[in-house]
Amino acid sequence: MDPEKLWYTEDHEWIGEVNSVYAVGITQHAQEALGDITFVELPELEREVAAQEETAVVESVKAASDVYAPVSGRVVQVNSELETRPELVNQDPYGKGWFYKLADVITDDLNELMSADEYRAYLAKLEE
Amino acid sequence: MQLIFEKSRAGRRAINFDALDVPEAKLAPELCRANAAALPEVGELDVVRHFTHLSQRNVGIDDTFYPLGSCTMKYNPKIAEVVAAMPGMAKLHPHQSSSAAYAGTVQGAYALIHELEAMLAEIAGMKAASIQPIAGAHGELTGALLMAAYHRDKGNTHKDTVIVPDSAHGTNPASAVMAGFKVVEVPSDSDGTLHVDKFQAVMNDRVAGVMLTCPNTHGLFESNVARIAELAHEVDALLYYDGANLNAIVGQCRPGDLGFDVMHYNLHKTFATPHGMGGPGCGPVGVGERLLPYLPGPRVVHHDGIYSLETPEKSIGRIAAFFGNFLIAVRAYAYMRFYGDEGLRDVSRVAVLNANYIHARLKHAFKPAFGKPFMHECVFTAQPQAEKGVRAMDFAKALLDRGYHAPTVYFPLTVKECLMIEPTETESKETLDAFCDTMLELARLAEECPEILQQAPITTPVGRLDEVKAAKDLNCACL
Repeated sequence: MDPEKLWYTEDHEWIGEVNSVYAVGITQHAQEALGDITFVELPELEREVAAQEETAVVESVKAASDVYAPVSGRVVQVNSELETRPELVNQDPYGKGWFYKLADVITDDLNELMSADEYRAYLAKLEE
Repeated sequence: MQLIFEKSRAGRRAINFDALDVPEAKLAPELCRANAAALPEVGELDVVRHFTHLSQRNVGIDDTFYPLGSCTMKYNPKIAEVVAAMPGMAKLHPHQSSSAAYAGTVQGAYALIHELEAMLAEIAGMKAASIQPIAGAHGELTGALLMAAYHRDKGNTHKDTVIVPDSAHGTNPASAVMAGFKVVEVPSDSDGTLHVDKFQAVMNDRVAGVMLTCPNTHGLFESNVARIAELAHEVDALLYYDGANLNAIVGQCRPGDLGFDVMHYNLHKTFATPHGMGGPGCGPVGVGERLLPYLPGPRVVHHDGIYSLETPEKSIGRIAAFFGNFLIAVRAYAYMRFYGDEGLRDVSRVAVLNANYIHARLKHAFKPAFGKPFMHECVFTAQPQAEKGVRAMDFAKALLDRGYHAPTVYFPLTVKECLMIEPTETESKETLDAFCDTMLELARLAEECPEILQQAPITTPVGRLDEVKAAKDLNCACL
C-alpha cells in the first residue's frame, strides 16, 4: 500500500482501501518503537468491531500492545501469515504486514482520522 | 553446563522404594498416561551437584548491587528470617485454632496479624488493612473487587470504567479488567506526571475508580494528586493507591491524607520481605472509611484481651486460604519493629537520597528522561547514544560483565531507550560511587569503542541471548 494514501490514528494504526474493503495495520513508527515482533493475535472473521475497540494484540521483545480498530466495520479477512511470520510487520508494515480487512466501513468515519501529512506532523510533535 | 536430562542414564535412581507390601490397586485406564513421563534418571549426587551449580549461577541482592528500577530489589535483613523461623511461627498449623485443646496457642499469631494490620493502616492513613492477599497483583485485584462491591452496594450500576494513567504500575489494567471494569488509559504529560486537564478529559459519571501509582513509574511524585482526588470524589469514583512505590514516601506522607480510598502494599518493596516472583508473597489491602464494610473476611478482632475471628456482614469474603502467606507477614512485622517509627522514615529518606545521588552523578553522561527531581528511582533515556549505535540493552549487558545486575530497560514504555535505576536505601556511598564510575566508564566506551558494549556480555556463562528466538521458538523439554 502507498503510505501517502492511507489514513492514520493517534495510536499508530493505518487503514487504507483495497478493492472496496479496508486493510488495517500498524505504522512504520509503531513497528520501530515495538522492536522485533514475536507474536500477533488477530480478530475472528465476521466480528463486528467498533471504532477504537481492541481488535488485535501485538507482542514484541519489549512489550505487548493492543491494536485498535481505526473505524467501525466487519472483519472479512485476516492475515494469517502473521501467525507464523510476525516479523513481516517489521519488514513491511504497509504491505505484507497488514493485520485484517474491514467491510461495511462508513467512509465519512475516515475523515475523523489523520492524512499522511497530518500523521507526519503528529509524529514530529511527539518527538518534541 | 549439561541439562539434567542430558545427565540421565536409563535405570539410574536417587531413591529406591520398598517392595510393595499391600495388594496392588489397578487405576482406571483413562487415569493412566499412555507413555511414561520423560523424567531424568539420575543419582542423588547428580541431583545435588546439578542444582548446586545452577544456584551458583544465580544472581541476587546478597551477591551484588541490583538496581532494577520499579522492582525495588531491597536487601532483606536476616533478622526477619530468624523471627519467621521461630518454631512458634514456623510450626503453626493452619487448623490449629479449630482444635479446642490448642485454640489458645494461636493467640500470638492473631495478635501479630491484628497489630500488623493496624500498623499498615496507620502508616498509610487508612482505617484498616487486611493481610489476606498473597501478592501485590492479588492485592490490586482485591482492591478492585472492593471498589466493585462498594458501587454494587450503592446501586451505582452505571459505573463500569476505571481510569489508569500510562505511568501507573504495569499490572493495574489487568486487575481492573479481572474485577469486571473497562479500562481507560490517560497519558501523562511531557513532564512525566498526570495533568488535571488530561484527567478531566476522560473523567465522567461512569468512572468507578482511578488507579494511581505515586510516586509513579517515572519515579516522580504526582503533584496534582489532591485535585485529582477531588475530581474523582465529585462523581463518587474511588481513588486507588498502588503501593508499588510506597517505599519512597513511608513516614513522609500518607495516601489516606492525600485522598486515597483504597490501596495495596507490596510488602517485599516497602518492608523487605523476599521478592516473591511467583510466591510466596503478601500484598495487603488498606481501606478508608468508605470501603471498610467490604474488607475480606474473616478478620482478627480483639475483645476483652482475647483475639478471635469475625467476618464483616458486607465482606467480599475470603480471597485466600486462611490468612494468606502468614510467614511473609511475620517478616514484614519483624522489619517494621526492627526499624521502628524513626527508622522507617530514614528508609524512605535514604532511598530517595540514593536515587538522586545517582541522578546527580550520571546526568551529564546520560540524559534524564524528565526535568523534575526524582523520588526513589531515576530514569534516563539512552536515545542520544542509541542514535550512534549503542542502545540501552547494550549498557545493560555491559553492566553484567562488570558484576552488576542490570537496571530496568525499555520500561516504562513512555520513555525511549529507557534506563531505570533504583538503588534502594541499603547501599553505601562506596557502592553507589563504584556503580556510577562504571556507568560513566561505559558512557565513555560507547563513544570510543562501542563494540565493547555491543558484544557484551563476554564473562557470563552464556553470551548475548537471541531474545526474538527465545520468545518465538519456545522449546521446553519437559512439556
